[in-house]
Amino acid sequence: MRFLFKTDYNDDIRLIPHSGYIWSYGALLALLLIAPFVLSSYLVSQLVFVCIYAIVGVGLMILTGFTGQASLGHAAFLAIGAYTAAYLQQMGVPFVVYFLAAGALTGLIGAMVGFPALRLQGIYLVIATISFALIVEEILARWESVTHGNDGMRVRAIQMFGGSITRDSPTFYYMCLGLLILVILGTLNLMRSPTGRAFVAIRDSETAAKSMGINVSRYKVKSFALSAAITGFAGVLFAHKMSFISPEMFTLQLSIEFIMVIIIGGVISLHGAVLGAIFIVMVDPFLTFLKDDIPGVAAGLAATFGAGVEQVASIKANVAAIASANGLKGAIYGLIIMLFILFEPYGIYGRWLKIKLFFQLFPLYKRATFKRQKIYVKSERNR
Amino acid sequence: MSCFRAENLSLHFGGLKAVDSVSFAVEKGEILSIIGPNGAGKSSIFNLISRLYEPTAGRLYFEDQDITEEPPYGIAKLGIARTFQNIELFENATVLSNLLVGRHRHSTTSLWQELLFLPNVRRDEKAHRRRVEQVIDFLDLAAHRDKLISGLPYGVRKVIELARALCTEPKLILLDEPSSGLNVEETDDMSFWIRDMKTELGITVLMVEHDMTLVNRVSDRVIALNYGKVLAMGAPAEVQAHPDVVAAYLGT
Repeated sequence: MRFLFKTDYNDDIRLIPHSGYIWSYGALLALLLIAPFVLSSYLVSQLVFVCIYAIVGVGLMILTGFTGQASLGHAAFLAIGAYTAAYLQQMGVPFVVYFLAAGALTGLIGAMVGFPALRLQGIYLVIATISFALIVEEILARWESVTHGNDGMRVRAIQMFGGSITRDSPTFYYMCLGLLILVILGTLNLMRSPTGRAFVAIRDSETAAKSMGINVSRYKVKSFALSAAITGFAGVLFAHKMSFISPEMFTLQLSIEFIMVIIIGGVISLHGAVLGAIFIVMVDPFLTFLKDDIPGVAAGLAATFGAGVEQVASIKANVAAIASANGLKGAIYGLIIMLFILFEPYGIYGRWLKIKLFFQLFPLYKRATFKRQKIYVKSERNR
Repeated sequence: MSCFRAENLSLHFGGLKAVDSVSFAVEKGEILSIIGPNGAGKSSIFNLISRLYEPTAGRLYFEDQDITEEPPYGIAKLGIARTFQNIELFENATVLSNLLVGRHRHSTTSLWQELLFLPNVRRDEKAHRRRVEQVIDFLDLAAHRDKLISGLPYGVRKVIELARALCTEPKLILLDEPSSGLNVEETDDMSFWIRDMKTELGITVLMVEHDMTLVNRVSDRVIALNYGKVLAMGAPAEVQAHPDVVAAYLGT
């Protein structure tokens, strides 16, 4: 086990506690940088989606994970970013300008959503953000002069420095990766500053936050705005990656996927946003695998256990019907969320911490280390 | 000049008069205790001062400035800090970051500077950290510095709450039952710290307390409340001998 000997206040502030971090994160970065040259274009494309989901995940982590304000409306923020980009691109605005404008506009709308949300807590806030998402979805479908309604909008490749950056080019991948790294660094900076601590204070006890001089309303609105702005930036990249956007891409299901990113990844740390994004992006290929291969595998198994030809055929048909049923994705999502909340409330990152501790303390690890318990009941809550 | 003054302070919940036209003043540099049976309105007065409740009537003055209309976060900015009867710490953060939240009223950096962690943010952070370290020294919390609150025992949490209040560098500190849930030894420590806060840090203390030993040991003056009304005010011994106070506690 490593013991850190601190001799300076900077030791508590720095982002890299010890040299081990430089090696592990350096290696990770190197791998990510050479990825487009060694991986197939399909996998690079998946990595781009991981980056985009992770950026949204970081945004949502600020709002839900750190400030404690649940939101099921982040698909709407993503949509606003994407549509702003698409519309401004049509007007001939250069990429850098509409990229920043999309983030700024989404941040502004996030702040506007934040104001009514000040009076809401928990489940009511969730409902309010769902309704916001539904309103935005409807506006996108109806405001045809700007959004082209359900016909959707085409988004051309990024034009920058006299060249064009197509959605499958390594440059586009580097842009997504770069934005993800910037967003993560910015958030880490924020979390070691007064604003970040104020967010966490609001999450854990609004009463105490108030009596420590934190203007709770202001920080909640700030958190909403920041979270929305980050999601708006992701929206721009999302629009370019899809090259075509329409209202039915930004449904409640997408918002739920974003919440899943942070729940599955683990709401305790930014690592969770990235791990959760990887998980969510892997669900789709997994479902395709279910559809394509599982019926055959099931039939093969049945045959080896001596089922008749007709039985094998019917098993194959039944399994295929289940695997390609409508709404299977939703059902699987629901199941995953339930299992994670019940058995791994701190998500994949929490599991990783436990595994790490197991090896650090080996052979002295105690199973009860992470046993959940509620010791003190709060009776006097001045909500 | 008094440090803090309440004039005809009232708080009514429908027909229930939780605080009924209470007036008192806290002199600069004194330790004033509020005692009284359960439901006498002691904690309500604290919640009125820290503006968590809206007074039905009456005014509050801090250093001769009317603070009745201040928002809750403004109270802390003026230099009034408090602790809570049932500990209100930030459970899922370390002791250090809890204490640093106490420094919030002294932070001057903007969101943009913090996102980039500009040199002035780092300088501020180090200055805050230095102040926090002094409080950690004062209250002997060094052993718990990097631990999560959720894993700490009750007695330590109580001290951390006091530490967080001290980190705001208050002029007036409101302690809501500082000894509740502490054992004899911890209560002893608490009484020394309360004296030291007055003598070494020059902080005025207003506290609600049930433990009469502690009250006698530290208070300069005592106010006894019952049913939202002031029964008696004065030196600890005087108040305890007051017939109305005896009646309130023991019955007539």
